Amino acid sequence: MSPSVFSTPDSPSAAAARARAEEVANTPSGRLRQAVGEPTWVRRLLIGLALFFIALILLVPLAAVFHQAFAKGFSGYWEAISSPDTWSAVKLTLIACGIAVPFNVVFGVAAAWCIAKFDFKGKNFLITLIDLPFSISPVISGLVFVLLFGAQGWFGEFFIDHGIRILFAVPAIVLATIFVTFPFVARELIPVMQAQGTEEEEASITLGANGWQTFWRITLPNIKWGLLYGVVLCNARAMGEFGAVSVVSGHIRGETNTLPLHVEILYNEYDFTGAFAVASLLAFLAVITLIVKKVLERGVRSEIQEIRASKEGAV
Amino acid sequence: MSASSQSSIRTSLTRPFKGPFKKRSVLPGFGLTFGYTIFYLSLIVLIPLGALFLKAFTLSLPDIWATVTAPRVLASYRITFGAAFIAAVINLFVGLLIAWVLARYEFKGKSILDALVDLPFALPTAVAGIALTTVFSVNGWLGAPLAELGIKVAYTPIGIIVAMVFISLPFQVRTVQPVLEDLEKELEEASATLGANRWQTFRHVIFPVLAPSLFTGFALGFARALGEYGSIVFIAGNMPMKTEITPLLIITKLEQYQYAEATAIAAVTLTISFALLFLINYVQWRNRRRYSL
Repeated sequence: MSPSVFSTPDSPSAAAARARAEEVANTPSGRLRQAVGEPTWVRRLLIGLALFFIALILLVPLAAVFHQAFAKGFSGYWEAISSPDTWSAVKLTLIACGIAVPFNVVFGVAAAWCIAKFDFKGKNFLITLIDLPFSISPVISGLVFVLLFGAQGWFGEFFIDHGIRILFAVPAIVLATIFVTFPFVARELIPVMQAQGTEEEEASITLGANGWQTFWRITLPNIKWGLLYGVVLCNARAMGEFGAVSVVSGHIRGETNTLPLHVEILYNEYDFTGAFAVASLLAFLAVITLIVKKVLERGVRSEIQEIRASKEGAV
Repeated sequence: MSASSQSSIRTSLTRPFKGPFKKRSVLPGFGLTFGYTIFYLSLIVLIPLGALFLKAFTLSLPDIWATVTAPRVLASYRITFGAAFIAAVINLFVGLLIAWVLARYEFKGKSILDALVDLPFALPTAVAGIALTTVFSVNGWLGAPLAELGIKVAYTPIGIIVAMVFISLPFQVRTVQPVLEDLEKELEEASATLGANRWQTFRHVIFPVLAPSLFTGFALGFARALGEYGSIVFIAGNMPMKTEITPLLIITKLEQYQYAEATAIAAVTLTISFALLFLINYVQWRNRRRYSL
């Protein structure tokens, strides 16, 4: 292997690595390895280009959020963060997530159990249906609830007659959030549970445990990383959803504004520092999500591999 | 959402099961979990979507046709589809490059780079929208030098393309990367042993294996860009006929209480999304049949 592009040419580890690389390169298999790899300059060029694009497309906008948020110093930042409207937006975002995520977790576990542990007709079709919300524009995801609960909607009149506000109120925001985050937990759990197979659960049932005992003591410990991974992704999307929530919220300041909607309002009022300060909260959350996701990925991989390894060992 | 997990769901699907509805199993809970899955799926997804199509048909067919082919609507399709297509083409190359580097090379900071690729999945679209607008405005970090070259990005169709590139990049990377990682080195070694140079090996050995995933990534990114709203509205300028995307037009119609018109346009968009989804599934299914056992 060639030394890392970032180490300086005269560093001892780089020199050692180069010596090792030359040594390997002179063996017959080494010559073959070289023939299937790229020359060092191509390799460096490609890495450089990839770094350039990632910096340009991804890193620059992220940096801009924090830069703009602190454009008026820390006091300007704090002023925007501590305003009552921001706090009511934080509260509403937490409420929407606090309801949407548990609902989709229960659904995700149930769907993964029936899809991964059993064989039945139409399974592929069912998976496609579960994936549907991902291929629907957020605007349309919001629109469907306007059609259901609006004044002329199927259920609109019923709820209006009973004095219950759904649309332009918290219930519709929660519903739209559930809709857009619907597939996350299920789609992360299904591959993990499919890879793990059914042997352990079957053994547990055969030994006299009931279904719940088997689920809590065998299945859940096996899928905990996959489940957590799904929850993290679901939560990130739930907190950040904009289009769908924007359509159903009615934009009532201090009442039906989630954090992303609050960002939009501040931005459209030319309060850029405020908008970016609130946006920085969400950006910070996104960075945390990426870190946690990276850590969990290792756990999920080991969940799949451990089981595979133990199966191969048994055979 | 991660595109890699999507491909892993699809590759681990079992062959169609023949026989009665369900194969016998000692495990309990099928009735409960299957029933709940169908109930919740219907309640949250199927009934609302059904309502959308039914509502669209409260207009007569000629009215629907007139609505979805009005000049302003057609212009929005042109802008949305054109920008999404260009963004997907850009990502075809950039995404392949990033996937290649992440799958093939070792270098310091690689895991940070790898994590960063998912940023557009994790960053709320409204945040991405205002950030991109600021960066690409005429006073922005990238907008100012571009403006000197005479290129205006924010509030033009180029801005729409930039936002779409941002949000759909991870789809391309995450679809191609696992395929590159799983690619057997032996194939390339055989090709090299037989006298092919590196470029020939890429062109004739690696590329054909990669092609279906490149297409899938392209289509997933394209589909995502078609529906995207949050990151685009800020940077687009939203001029009717010029920089107005279809999702925004749907919202505009809603705000004018033209529910039936909004729904008709939404139904068209939705039908196209479903057609794309079907196409993606078909390509993956055919590819699996071709390469599997």
